[in-house]
Amino acid sequence: MPTAVEADGLSKTFGDVKAVSDVSFEVEKGEFFGFLGPNGAGKTTTIRMLTGLITPDSGKALIEGIDSQKDPIGAKMKMGVIPEFGNIYEDLTAEENLYLAGKFYGMDKKKREKRSSEILKMMKLEKRGRDVLQNFSKGMKQRVNIGCAIIHEPPVLFLDEPTSGLDVQSRRLVIRLIQKMQKEGTTIFLTTHDIKEANELCERVGIIHEGELVAIDRPEKLRNTFDKTQSIEVSIEGDFSPRSLKDDHVNKIERSGDKLKIFTDDLDASVKNLVKLSQENGFKIISLRTCGPSLEEAFVRLTGDMV
Amino acid sequence: MSYKENIRGILCTAEKDIKIYYKKPPVIIFGLLFPLLMFLAFYMGRELEIAFFFPGFLAMSLFFTSSSVGPLVTPWERQAGTYERLLSYPVDIKVVLIGDILAGSIFGISLTTIVLVACLFFLPIEIVSITVLVLSLILGGITFSTLGVLLASPATKAPSNIMMLSSLVRFPLVFISGIFIPLVEMGSALRILSYISPLTYLVDSFHAGIGGENFFETGVGLIVLLIFTAIFYMMSIKIHKRNMVKGL
Repeated sequence: MPTAVEADGLSKTFGDVKAVSDVSFEVEKGEFFGFLGPNGAGKTTTIRMLTGLITPDSGKALIEGIDSQKDPIGAKMKMGVIPEFGNIYEDLTAEENLYLAGKFYGMDKKKREKRSSEILKMMKLEKRGRDVLQNFSKGMKQRVNIGCAIIHEPPVLFLDEPTSGLDVQSRRLVIRLIQKMQKEGTTIFLTTHDIKEANELCERVGIIHEGELVAIDRPEKLRNTFDKTQSIEVSIEGDFSPRSLKDDHVNKIERSGDKLKIFTDDLDASVKNLVKLSQENGFKIISLRTCGPSLEEAFVRLTGDMV
Repeated sequence: MSYKENIRGILCTAEKDIKIYYKKPPVIIFGLLFPLLMFLAFYMGRELEIAFFFPGFLAMSLFFTSSSVGPLVTPWERQAGTYERLLSYPVDIKVVLIGDILAGSIFGISLTTIVLVACLFFLPIEIVSITVLVLSLILGGITFSTLGVLLASPATKAPSNIMMLSSLVRFPLVFISGIFIPLVEMGSALRILSYISPLTYLVDSFHAGIGGENFFETGVGLIVLLIFTAIFYMMSIKIHKRNMVKGL
C-alpha cells in the first residue's frame, strides 16, 4: 500500500524541553489514522512538523512523497489542515472565507465558486453563505474552517482536535463528513485526546507520550495487549468493606461515583466470588457490569498515568 | 516556489488585509483625519510658510498612514486564531510579509494622494518635479509599510503591546526628521540623529518634488529609502520566522 504520510525520526526541542523525540511512523493512503496523547505529549508539535509549520531538529516528514521541509508549498498543496486553535476570518462571510482559501490554493474563479457552493451544501450552510461569521455558532465556524481546508480536495487531511468544544449536532456532522471523505479516498490524520472518538473512527492509532511514540497499532490489538484491564463495575447496597471484595485475581479496586470498579485477571472467578460474598455478608448487588479491556485503559497504561 | 505562486500569495494576502483590516470606515476616517489634525496642531498659530511646511506634512501623512495598520495585522491574527490557518495555506512567510507590505503601501499611498490632491486645490503649492514626487510617494509608502510589518514581528497576541511599541518608535521620528526644524538649521548632534531616521529622507525627497529646497542630492533620499526598506524587510523575515509559532 502506498504511503500518504511518513514521519522519519522527527525530533524537536524547545529550549531545554524535548517536545518530540525520534518519532517515526507511516500512514497508508486512504487510511483513517488517529494520533493520541495526553495534553502536552507532543501531538501538535508532531502535526506542525508534518505540515511544514515547524522545522524539525532532525528527521523528515513526507506528504504523498513530498518532503514538507524541502518543498513546503508542494506538500501543502497535497494536504488540508485544520489546526487546533486555527480559526477563520470572522469579518468575512462563509463564502468569502472559502473563496479566499480557494485563491490561496490557486483555484480559478469558476472552480472556486462551484466548490464553495458544494461545500456550503455539504456543511448544511447553504442558506448562511453570505452571512458574516461573527454571527455563527462555534460548530458552524468549525464547519467553515473544515471547508477552507478541503476546498482544493486534498488527498491528505490533518485534523487537530476537530471536535473539541463542539455541540453534539456539529460534532456528528463533522465526524460524518470526515468519514465520508475517507470513504472517498482521503487519508485522514486525526489528532485527539478523545479516546472514545479515536476508538470509533480510526483504523490505526499511534500513542505519543512525553514526545515519544509508545505504541502504534489497530485499536482492537492495543486493547487486547492489556488483558489485565478487564473489570467489573458493581453497585452495592449494605455494609461492606471494599477490601473484602479482593480475591487472588483482583489487581485493584477503584471507586467510581456510587460504583466500584474491580480490575481482575479472571472475570469469571471474581464475579463468582462477588456473588458468594454478597450471600455470605448480606449486602445487595444493585447492578453489575463486566467491562473488557478498553482503548482508554491501554492509553492510560501506555502513558503511565495509572495510579 | 514559482514566480506565479509567489505573486498569487502576495495578492491573496494583500486582498485579505485590505478586506479585513483596511477597508473599515473607522480606519479610513482615522487615516484621513490624523494627518489633518497633526497639520492643524503644528501649523495653526505659527508663523510658518506653507511651501516649507507642506512637504513635511505630506511625509508625516504618508508615514503615519502606511505604518498605521501593519503593526497590528499579525497580533490581530494571532489573537483571533487565524494566523495558523493562514500559515497552513501554500504560502511562504516571506510572501505573506510582502502581501502585508503591499496592503499597507496601497492604503498609505491612496490616502496621502487624496490629501495631496485636496491640498493642491486649496493651498498655494507648486510641484517642481512630478517624477520625484510620485517616486517619493511610492517608495515612502513601501518603506513605512515595511517598518509597520517589522513592528508587528514580536510574538504577542495583545495588539495593545504593539500599539505601545509602534508609538514609541514612530512618534520620536517625527521630531528628528526635518519636519519642524529644517536640516540646515539643526545642530550637529540633532542632525546626526536625523540621519538615522528614514522619515528624514522622505521629507527631503518631497522637498525636492514640491518646494525644490532639498538638503541631499536629488535621488540620494530615494536610494536611502530603498536601503531602509531592504533592511526592514530582512529584519522582518528574520524576526517573524523566529517568532512564527510562538504563542499560536
